[in-house]
Amino acid sequence: MVLSANDKSNVKGVFSKISSHAEEYGAETLERMFTTYPQTKTYFPHFDLHHGSAQVKAHGKKVASALIEAANHIDDIAGALSKLSDLHAQKLRVDPVNFKLLGQCFLVVVAIHHPSALTPEVHASLDKFLCAVGNVLTSKYR
Amino acid sequence: MVHWSAEEKQFITSVWSKVNVEECGAEALARLLIVYPWTQRFFDNFGNLSSPTAIIGNPKVRAHGKKVLTSFGEAVKNLENLKATYAKLSELHCEKLHVDPENFRLLGNILIIVLAAHFNKDFTPTCQATWQKLVGVVAHALAYKYH
Repeated sequence: MVLSANDKSNVKGVFSKISSHAEEYGAETLERMFTTYPQTKTYFPHFDLHHGSAQVKAHGKKVASALIEAANHIDDIAGALSKLSDLHAQKLRVDPVNFKLLGQCFLVVVAIHHPSALTPEVHASLDKFLCAVGNVLTSKYR
Repeated sequence: MVHWSAEEKQFITSVWSKVNVEECGAEALARLLIVYPWTQRFFDNFGNLSSPTAIIGNPKVRAHGKKVLTSFGEAVKNLENLKATYAKLSELHCEKLHVDPENFRLLGNILIIVLAAHFNKDFTPTCQATWQKLVGVVAHALAYKYH
């Protein structure tokens, strides 16, 4: 799966709209993921996961910032996320299936807040981008 | 058998009552064919699927999208009895249509995105969770008779 020039442009376009809402959208993505897929909470036994949790807000900001970083370096996502990739492989070891679940919830958040921006073509590009990020983060698992 | 709380049933019926089945079905199917282009393999006789514009404007896509989502409406009416409701359709998808059940999950996820874009903030996290559960059990029921 390769990101075309159009995909890259579509992704950058979406992220230009959402960058200023990183913390908010990141937190909402996580909240939706924890609500919809309760098994994802098993990675956060040390967190307060109630609505409005400061820990979820902070972590949402981290997750969103990483996605923004990847979008800003879309020609070399592996390079941009190399340290995060190491972290996930060596320490976090989040099962690969969960990146799809996070991706689905992120798409829902974009759909809710920017429905007109999420045209079918942009939807396709963003889905591909999120897959690419998931692939990079799990690339050193074995 | 799947258990539905009173709150979940409320989320399902209230969202469904506001869905334009024709529009939503057409959009969901078009997005499936655009976002996951390999799903076009089942629609060789649909004519022009060569671009997102072609897919969105394709009358066969619209008609089939409406058909699919109308059938989804049967799930909403028969929440306690989904396996029986979809038994014949499951056999059809296995024996005649040869559709990998993974495609039901893909379409379910696309439907969620379409609903989210339509309902915005009203599509709360718990509402989303209910609908993800619904599309998951529909996919399971459609795959149930596979052999």
